[in-house]
Order: sequence, then structure tokens, then C-alpha cells
Amino acid sequence: MTLTITNIKRSNSDKTESVTLENGVIKGWNIPAEGETIDGQGGTVAPALIELHAHLREPGQTEKEDLASGLAAAAAGGYGTVVCMPNTVPVIDDPAIVRSLIQKASGLGFARLHPAAALTKGQHGEALAELSYLKDAGAVMFTDDGRTNENARVLRLGLEYAGSLGMVVSVHAEDASLRADGVMNEGPVSEALGLPGNPAAGESARVARDLEILAGLHAQGSKAHLHIQHLSTARALELVRGAKARGLNVTCEVCPHHLTLTDEALRGFDAIYKVAPPLRTQTDADALLEGLKDGTVDCIATDHAPHTRAEKERDLLDAPSGIAYIELAFPLMYTRFGGDLGLEKLLDLMTAGPARLMNWPAPSLEAGAPADLVVLDLDTEREVNPAEFKTKAKFTPWAGEMLRGWPLLTVVGGQVAYRRE
Amino acid sequence: MTAAPASPSARPRHLLDFQDWSPERLTAILDNADTMLQVLDRPVKKVPALQGLTVCNAFFENSTRTRTSFELAARRMSADVLTFAAGSSSVSKGESLRDTVEVLTAYKVDAYIVRHHAAGAAHLVARYSGKPVINAGDGRRAHPTQALLDAYTVRQEFGSLEGKRVAIIGDVRHSRVARSNAELLPMLGAEVVLCGPATLLPSDLAALPGVTLTSDPKEAVRGAHAVMALRLQKERMGGGFLGSLQEYADTYQVNEALMAEAESGAIVLHPGPMNRDLEISGEAADGARSRILQQVENGQAIRMSVLYHLLVGRD
Repeated sequence: MTLTITNIKRSNSDKTESVTLENGVIKGWNIPAEGETIDGQGGTVAPALIELHAHLREPGQTEKEDLASGLAAAAAGGYGTVVCMPNTVPVIDDPAIVRSLIQKASGLGFARLHPAAALTKGQHGEALAELSYLKDAGAVMFTDDGRTNENARVLRLGLEYAGSLGMVVSVHAEDASLRADGVMNEGPVSEALGLPGNPAAGESARVARDLEILAGLHAQGSKAHLHIQHLSTARALELVRGAKARGLNVTCEVCPHHLTLTDEALRGFDAIYKVAPPLRTQTDADALLEGLKDGTVDCIATDHAPHTRAEKERDLLDAPSGIAYIELAFPLMYTRFGGDLGLEKLLDLMTAGPARLMNWPAPSLEAGAPADLVVLDLDTEREVNPAEFKTKAKFTPWAGEMLRGWPLLTVVGGQVAYRRE
Repeated sequence: MTAAPASPSARPRHLLDFQDWSPERLTAILDNADTMLQVLDRPVKKVPALQGLTVCNAFFENSTRTRTSFELAARRMSADVLTFAAGSSSVSKGESLRDTVEVLTAYKVDAYIVRHHAAGAAHLVARYSGKPVINAGDGRRAHPTQALLDAYTVRQEFGSLEGKRVAIIGDVRHSRVARSNAELLPMLGAEVVLCGPATLLPSDLAALPGVTLTSDPKEAVRGAHAVMALRLQKERMGGGFLGSLQEYADTYQVNEALMAEAESGAIVLHPGPMNRDLEISGEAADGARSRILQQVENGQAIRMSVLYHLLVGRD
């Protein structure tokens, strides 16, 4: 199978070029067109984006999302690779589930799927899952995600075991006892709204604990790698910055919703803004942006967390947490922060950044590299229209906003995974 | 998502909290309650103002007192009243709030009175029904008719709220009554002091205009014209907020000794239901300073006035 994309530019150049893809790899640039030809409409080509944190809800919660809808949404967002979280029903703690998900996804023709598996059996935080078998089955990361790791000893064991396998342990860093019944950031807004607050210390205290555990393991020679998911507070970011300066093997991700929204959004009592960790303050958002710039933050992840409309129409105490927006993450980031961060840095945070922390080969557009790429329209403003979403969650905080940077074309393994009509 | 700025001319469609209400409008509700109290003193306690309208008492959380007060208020205004109690309804079968409200609206309900355990639920009913909504208590957020009846009771005593100091003592953290009073009373010229043990007194409430916080009850009542004891939920003990109920009562109980520190003519308020001899002593509840039963009577008049204000003379 051969495919040539013409009329495209690379992000660091103004030259109009073409690229030919063959047998799943990049064959060459500006060589005579072969096979099917697609007009890239003058768009900017980049390696396909990598998402390290998405909830695709399969198996067991396919009313919210499934592999087909979630991976199609990812491809529409310019993503070529997605790591899905294991908090499904049943939990992804069994090698057979990992294999079946990978097999099913590979036949869909959308983004590639790399499942994360549970760190502990049933994500109960009590006994390690079969980490070695899970890795062999294709799991790329271990996490108990939103179940948080209340038992510090078990997390320590997991970091140690996974470290010996060269695997990342990612954590939803939040002390459940400090969170208590909190449904939004604790502060003047939560008090004004009469909603139970979740203090920033819930995140920073947990990050501090986990960093101490990691430092102790390193001192004993362990290669353990701790990845902190969806960092949301200025203080926790500061702790990670310090830990990196000490040379700890810690990485972290930040989500666009924590950069673009604050707890003020809850004033209308719309549970569409309920997310875990919660939307914080502008001070936190500013600190996170600073963290993106200075390298404290390793990558941007979306924590794509679809729920049904009926679930998100419940009251704020009852509604589940999560926002699903994988298909507009790049346009949102590019429109809001493209000028501030620069295109190269933004792309790095969504391609090479996640690949580096996962120890994957650096995404590349050179001949011989995997033919996973995206063509972005950086100029045309388009309105966010949830009715067009591929995800089953056809609603979003950004509905009606004008954004630039929409993907025109996403290619995965040399095959068209998304093409804008 | 923030409310439009209040203007004296705009007539709010709902009473969810006081955000889009002006002091002038709120004063009009208090003024009109005088008339409603006169109606309640007549042998025939009924006016035809809401004839033909159907008001739904939608109580997703149990409350006998508030529900009864609203129900009587609506009936005395000649409205038809549909009482919906979540415990014995489709909600217990898993129906969503939106579906419930849409079904009730299809019965041609003209206005809702909503009590719910979640802050913001009254806002959701307003959004889903498109009908006027009176918030009868949403979680720990707001209970605006309670605050209005408290304001009315203080005004009745002193002629005006201007320059008056109201101390509210107890579990402020979990109290919608405290939050609504802290929002309303400063709008009408009064000063509010919130008081309770530090664990039940969120420091962020100090950001509200006209509101100060203290954990010292004597400091709270000094110069106070009205002292309100909040109900202490005994269940809170499980949350670890307090050492013991005895310790709480010894420190924060509104009693004769504490009232001796207040202004000489100061009155005692309580939103009910009371835990006698816990947050309030029997003597204080029944004594000459107590206006607790007056609050109950005023509550009905205030609710009649709010219904009138929201539902009469609107197309």
C-alpha cells in the first residue's frame, strides 16, 4: 500500500513538499508520487500526536465510549497512539483483556491502542497484578488511576517491581482522606457555592509522599519510574520541579482543561465542569503553563473521560467526574497557547515528550520512520461543534468556541485514520 | 455563567439565591410580607392571588417544616399545590433529575419550590423546567426564604436592618441558612458575624462583603442585636469535626449567659428544628428574648410574599 500526501509543509519550514508512505513507513520526501494521492491543502505536517491518558470505557461501559468511538475521536484529534486507562468493568488486570483490546483495536483502522494495565488486582490497591504477564501481553504502563494508591507500601512494591521490568507506574496523586467528599477545588468559590471542597494539599501531600518513596527506592538502586498524571496544582508542580532537580526518575503530565478552565466555571452548577482532579485557580493554571515552558512538565495528556449526557446532567454531588475532548485538544492548545509556547514546543509536548517518558522511539518524519502523521490546518478558524464529535460524549465546555489548528488528515501505519470531509 | 448584574428595574424570575436581586426588590418582599401577616390574622386566611396556578413542592430531600410552610403559603394564595416527595417516587427508582422535572412540567406545573441535598440543584430545575423556581434549600448553599424571614424578624423588632449586628453561631460549614444570611443581611445594611469551632467555620467565607468570622462566641455576640443558633447535626460527630457534643455545648451554646454579652434588647433566633440544650438552652429558646415562634409565623408570610412577587402580574 502506497500513499502520497502533497501540498504540505513541515512545522519548521515554509517549503511546500510531498511525502510518500509505503508499507507503513515513510518512504521519502519529494519523490515522484506513487499510489493514492491526497492533497494536504497547504497544511502543516507533524508526527501523529500521542495520548498517554484516555478512558475508552471498553470493556463494560460502552454506553459512555468504546474502542471504535474513542479511537476514531483520537484520530480526528490528530492522535496516532492512545494509552487507555484500566478502570473498566472488569478492570484491565488480566493479560487476556489486554490482548483482546489490542487485537480489536488493530482491526479498526483508527489510532493505535496501547493499554495501561492495573497496578493491583482489581485496582483494589492491595495485591500486585501479574505485572510481568501484563507487560508480555502488551500493556505499556501500570496504574490504579482514579482509585488512588492509598496503601503506600503496595505502591512502593509496585514501583519496585515495574521498575525492574522497565515499566512506568503512573499515579492519580490525591490523598483520598484529604479529598473526602470534595467535588471541586476548595477555596472561596467552593465556599460561595456551598459545594464540598477538595484542597490543593490533597494533591501536593500525595505527590510529596510518592516522591519520598521513589527517592528511597533510587537510593537502593531501583530504576523505578513514577509518572504523575494530570498535575493540577502549583504546589505539586513545585515538588516535581525539585524532585527532577534532585535527579529522581519522575515525570508528569498536564491536561489542557487545567490550563484553560478554573473553579470559577462551576458557578453555573453545570457538572460538565466536574473533573478529577478538580479545576483549580488561575494561579495554578499559570504555574502549570510555566511548567510546560521550563520542562518540568513532560507531556500534555487530555484525560479524555467520556460519560453519558444523562450522567453529566445530574447534580454536582452525584454526577461522575470527567471531560471528553480528545478531538479538540490540539486546536484548543494551539489557539490558546500556540503563540506563547510556540508550535515546536507544543508539538514536542504532544509527540516526542510522551514518547520520551515511555521510552518509545522518538517520533520522526524522516524516511524509514513509522508512517504515523497528522496534517494540521493552522490558519482556518472553525467553531467547536459537539454534534460532529466522534466520541459518544457529544458535549463539551468549549462548544461554540472558535479554534484554529484542526487536523485535516491523520495517518496511522500508512493508512488514513481520519480525513476531514 | 455568572448572573447578570442586579438592576432595581429587573424583576428576577427565580429566587435561587440573592445574586440577581437588588436591595430594593428584597425590601419590597419584606414590605409585602406585612400585608401577608394581616391576611394570616383574618378569620378567612385566603386571598385569590394565585388562583388557577399550580405550584409544585418538589422535595428531593425530606423536610416537614419547610414543606408545610410553603404548602400553606401557596394554598393561602389559592394556588393548587402538587407535592412531590422523592422518597416515595420515581427518583428512588433511578429516574434522573432532568426526567423528573420534565415529567412534572408536562403536568402543567407553573412554578417549583425545590429542596435538594445538592448545591445547585434548584438552578438545574430552573434550567430544565423553564419555570420560576424558589429554592427551599439546596445542599449547604442557600435557603433564601429562611434568610428573608430572619431579616424580616430582625426588622420587625428594630424597625430597620441598617447598622444592626447579627451573630450566627454553630456549624457554619454545613449551613445553607448561614450562607444565605451572610449573603442577604449585608445587602440590607446589617453586619454579620459567623461563629463556630474552626473546623466548622470555613475561612474563605470571610471574603463575603459585610461578613466577619470568629471562633470566640463572646466576641461574636458583643454588640449583637440578634443571635442565631444553628442546628448542630449530630451526625457530624462521625466526621471528626468536634471533640464531643458536651464540649461544643459548653463553648458555643446560645444561652442566658452568652446573651448577657449581647446588646440589652438582643433577640434569639433559630431556624429549627432545635436540639434543645445542645446548640441552644431551653431558657434561651423559651425566654423573653426568643423570637423563634415568630420566625415560623413570619416564614409563612415571607413565602406568600415571594410567591406573589414571582408569580403575579407576569405574562
